[in-house]
Amino acid sequence: MKRWFSILVLLLLVVFTLTACGNETATTEAPTAAPTKAPTEEPTKEAPDVDFAVMPGGFLEKALTGEYAGTTVTVDGAMEGNDPDGVKFDRGVAAFEEATGIDVNYIGNKEFEATISVRVDAGDAPDIADFPQPGKVTQYVQKGVVVDVTSWMSEEWLSQQYNQSWRDMATINGVEAGVFHRFNGKSLVWYPKDDWEAAGYAIPTTWDELMALNQQIADDGDTPWCIGIESGAATGWAATDWTEEMMLRTTSLENYDAWVAGTLPFDSPEVKNAIETWSALWFNDDYVFGGRSSIVSTYFGDSPAPMFEEPPKCWMHKQGNFITGFFPEGAKAGVDYGFFYFPPVDEAYGKPFLVAGDVMVMFNDRPEVKALMEYFTVPQSASGFLEGGGALAAHQTATPDMYGMDMERGIAELVAKATSFRFDGSDLMPGEVGAGSFWEQISSYVAGSIDLDTAVKEIDASWPRP
Amino acid sequence: MSGTTRKRFGKFVVNFSLFLLILIWTVPTLGILVSSFRHRDAIATSGWWNVLPHREWQPVREIDPKAEGFDPDSVMEIEGATGTFEEFREGIESPDGKHRITWIGNKRIGRVEVQEQVWTVDWNFSLDNYKQVWGGQDFEFTKADGTVEIVPGDDMSRAFLNSLAVAIPSTVIPILIAAFAAYGFAWMRFPGRRGMFTMIVALLAIPLQIALVPILRDYKTLELNGTFLAIWLAHTGFGLSLATYLLYNFISGLPREMLESAFIDGASHFTVFTWLILPLSVPALASFAIFQFLWVWNDYLVALVFLGGNPEFELVTQRMAAIVGARGQDWHLLTAGAFISMALPLLVFFLLQRFFVRGLLAGSIKG
Amino acid sequence: MDFLSKFRERSQTPMVRLLSLIARVLFAVAIPAIAFYVLYLGFLFLRDSEASRGTIALVAIVWGVGGVAILFWIFNSFVERMPAAWTARLQPFVFVGPAIAILTWYLTLPALRTFWISCFDRNGPPAGLSFVEQISSNSFVGLDNYVAVFTERLMLEAFRNNIMWVVFGSTLSVAFGLVFAVLADRSSYEKIAKSLIFLPMAISFVGASIIWNFIYEYRPAGQPQVGLLNSIVASFGGVPRAWPQWVEIIPWNNLFLIVIVIWLQAGFAMVLFSAALKGIPEELIEAGRIDGANEIQIFFNIMIPYIQGTIITVWTTIIIFTLKIFDVVWVMTGGQFGTHVIATQFYRQSFTAGNKGFGSAIAIVLLITVIPVMIYNLRQFGKQEAF
Repeated sequence: MKRWFSILVLLLLVVFTLTACGNETATTEAPTAAPTKAPTEEPTKEAPDVDFAVMPGGFLEKALTGEYAGTTVTVDGAMEGNDPDGVKFDRGVAAFEEATGIDVNYIGNKEFEATISVRVDAGDAPDIADFPQPGKVTQYVQKGVVVDVTSWMSEEWLSQQYNQSWRDMATINGVEAGVFHRFNGKSLVWYPKDDWEAAGYAIPTTWDELMALNQQIADDGDTPWCIGIESGAATGWAATDWTEEMMLRTTSLENYDAWVAGTLPFDSPEVKNAIETWSALWFNDDYVFGGRSSIVSTYFGDSPAPMFEEPPKCWMHKQGNFITGFFPEGAKAGVDYGFFYFPPVDEAYGKPFLVAGDVMVMFNDRPEVKALMEYFTVPQSASGFLEGGGALAAHQTATPDMYGMDMERGIAELVAKATSFRFDGSDLMPGEVGAGSFWEQISSYVAGSIDLDTAVKEIDASWPRP
Repeated sequence: MSGTTRKRFGKFVVNFSLFLLILIWTVPTLGILVSSFRHRDAIATSGWWNVLPHREWQPVREIDPKAEGFDPDSVMEIEGATGTFEEFREGIESPDGKHRITWIGNKRIGRVEVQEQVWTVDWNFSLDNYKQVWGGQDFEFTKADGTVEIVPGDDMSRAFLNSLAVAIPSTVIPILIAAFAAYGFAWMRFPGRRGMFTMIVALLAIPLQIALVPILRDYKTLELNGTFLAIWLAHTGFGLSLATYLLYNFISGLPREMLESAFIDGASHFTVFTWLILPLSVPALASFAIFQFLWVWNDYLVALVFLGGNPEFELVTQRMAAIVGARGQDWHLLTAGAFISMALPLLVFFLLQRFFVRGLLAGSIKG
Repeated sequence: MDFLSKFRERSQTPMVRLLSLIARVLFAVAIPAIAFYVLYLGFLFLRDSEASRGTIALVAIVWGVGGVAILFWIFNSFVERMPAAWTARLQPFVFVGPAIAILTWYLTLPALRTFWISCFDRNGPPAGLSFVEQISSNSFVGLDNYVAVFTERLMLEAFRNNIMWVVFGSTLSVAFGLVFAVLADRSSYEKIAKSLIFLPMAISFVGASIIWNFIYEYRPAGQPQVGLLNSIVASFGGVPRAWPQWVEIIPWNNLFLIVIVIWLQAGFAMVLFSAALKGIPEELIEAGRIDGANEIQIFFNIMIPYIQGTIITVWTTIIIFTLKIFDVVWVMTGGQFGTHVIATQFYRQSFTAGNKGFGSAIAIVLLITVIPVMIYNLRQFGKQEAF
């Protein structure tokens, strides 16, 4: 017992001494925090030279004078702070931190969907959240916890920075819930460039040319397409992308928007026709590597691999520009692979482009948070992605010379040439559908366990009705 | 059979059948152990068992079908073998049976290979995966003017230290509290005993996700959020019902006579607990310690919610989630990652395994 | 102590007794107060300190572990200083109190809150209203969510699958765990054997999913198979397929996921059984041998009855674990292809769909499903006699 007691006393002593040290450091910290308030006394200071545009009369302008220096803004998101995208994000905001003295604390993680919901419910929302699926913002807008960006950003500024489509995509229930930061182009077809040229295939620009090419490649003994939609819990999302591409290519934009909003049911002839259009290609075993049965079970990231064998076993793969991260090590853009625009089906609907991207949503109304939101409206805020690859700037003020890589620049040019563009519909639909039944039912349909009529009826039934 | 041969035979049967079972149990892990030393492209294109000697078709000669004037749309004769394009794509054995003639690629840019079956091993090992996981990945940025900048990543030592600081108290605290409670339930009589025990069993079934919102709200009021104490208490709360339940089973199974004699000697409950029950329960405490340590070590969600918001506190699991990339493009790194993050729990298992010894109890009954 | 008791005997006047009582109470209150203060200082240090990571980690460990031990010791000495009748009455609460308090805070209250939310629609109870106003608001739906839980197609599928999980998952985990424990105990390489069986437990779920991807990985026929199972199947001329996604055999494709959990959990069962087996007195087994029993008879007639309590406990734990099963299903299939379980539905409804009421109702139903297990355990508990 005695020995125990002496150990306890020792333990207490250690804790005591360390606490004392701790308190000391804490008290010495205090004065350094105080002067941050001081600059408010001096009215206007010369703003430093920055290489990004600043909204006149906004909070960023004030922040540049050092008014909010020493404050911290927390940003949550779906990428880990230490993964490549997290590092690219940090790089983008570095210029802001340096110019304003505001610290941007990125705390994102892979369980974003759950943690953001928990944080908001517990009243501990991050200042800003980076949502990869704007559809998920709806529940927070309904709760009234999201700050409308038009409440302080001028109409003029927003329409100068963004194409109207981007602003429409960020508007939920009449609230402009956030500003877009970066995006991925989806209407892209990847092909093995050097072998393609050696084989003498031509890049198709119309649907008829594409179908002729399919048959030609099949006649030559190969399967034209590599398709895989397996993705763990998210299996099926790649098939929803194809559905959206076809919706844009076989019917009007009004119908697309109505479909995304839930007023045009999946069970309508337009949507069924869109799904059947890609089904004709997918379910033809001569056209898909491994045949229909392998589509559901092939991991989307592994699916383009046969395209890189020497010689290729398949020749085309449709996917967003992030897919290059999955290509084999050492595959060179412009040599081993290239991309072209996924051709339109019906010329009447122009050259639509499907995109998906990240929207920045503000939860806490503080001046330094607003300053960062304003910064997100300029393309320099995405510079990490523009220089490191993987995403494009959503701003119409972004110029080709901001991109470090030819490929991203090329995609940006393709997007600029598009006659219209729309956001990934499944990402805009309510979670039950866009991240639930749509994936699930379309996977079952591709797997062949249910027919199309059953699938679309199930999806319609799952749509949440108030 | 004599007694000793039968015994020896019995021992052999035990050893052999255990060996077979262990083999089945270990093969999946062996798979990623081998894969963790292979290159990314090798992992994606061939099975890990190719490191074992196996027979493979390898080309000895290549033929350019265009130069030879083969017409792939008709029946062809190549190197003595005859068949259609489709048959040659599958591979046709030459008449002498030594070679296989295979058409690689399509009709336009294909080639014909004469192949031979040879024994081979795929021993192209590297430590790259481990280097990237432990040392952090480098990130490349190409500026608009074409200059390339390389940003090195952090190594994992900080994450390891953080995980330890989270895991050790989160293991010991619930065990201590649970051991007291288990003793209370097993050997003390008090009102509400049944009700409380029912509650503990019922709570086993609760998905911890439901507790995140209210607890986070309480933490915010108490300004506990983002501290070590917050996460220890959370793991204690979520692990306590199982700990109490398991330890109750063990402590209530101790022989009644032993406790009785201690009480007759005038010992108090506290003394009996600290000097008799705790030492006797070491195997049970050690086994639960292992599990709790594992759960805490491998936890991701609880740490995100209660420790999240502070990049300083990055844990091993968060690092693992980060290395696979935003879309999982670097999943092959998890092969090495799984082994690095497993090292410590295994060490704990080895350290605690020596407590699983026979006779602790048997000895004390006699005495 | 000796001095105190003598003092007590001599001074029997009420005044002195009162004073001594007050002194004892003061003493009893002061010690916990000081202890709490010390612990609070330690907490402040940990919360605000800028010291190096190593120091903080070390202090954290000492403070956390030592603090809890001190608290127990102090509370106990407080109670033991009380009159004997009070000691007997209060001491049990010193032992079980902290556990009950923490569990109430962390699980019981959240569970009650969840039940409350489950009576509301997708947005949960409207904030800022009184109890009566909440009940009379439009968002209050009573038990409608529960009706939905028991009628929705995907929920019924989840119930069916969870039954499979409980039946196959828990039984086989326990059986394998027992076989491993007994064999390892009798083998000549016990430590290595146990470590290898335990190995899967040490791997995180993400790691485990990668491991099993290497088993189930599918490549179209004709391509070199990367998955072990498909490679074996293909070498025997079978059709390679993605096993957990094999829709033609729903619901049996769930077995491919259940195997993963058996692989993980057998180590858990083995460790606990092994600890219990070590408790069987060697004399008992020797006596059995002398009576001419063979090893199999010893296993069934001596070992199993002796560790019966542990078997029930382990079984209960694994049954509850399989009822709550989430990670494996979520990572491998996300519940698609007929593999939904209750917990994946709970997660989808609560977080993906943001349907608070429905998600909460599922969590409560999960709680209800353990009632049979609970009753059984209580019966066992009732047989236990206390002092």
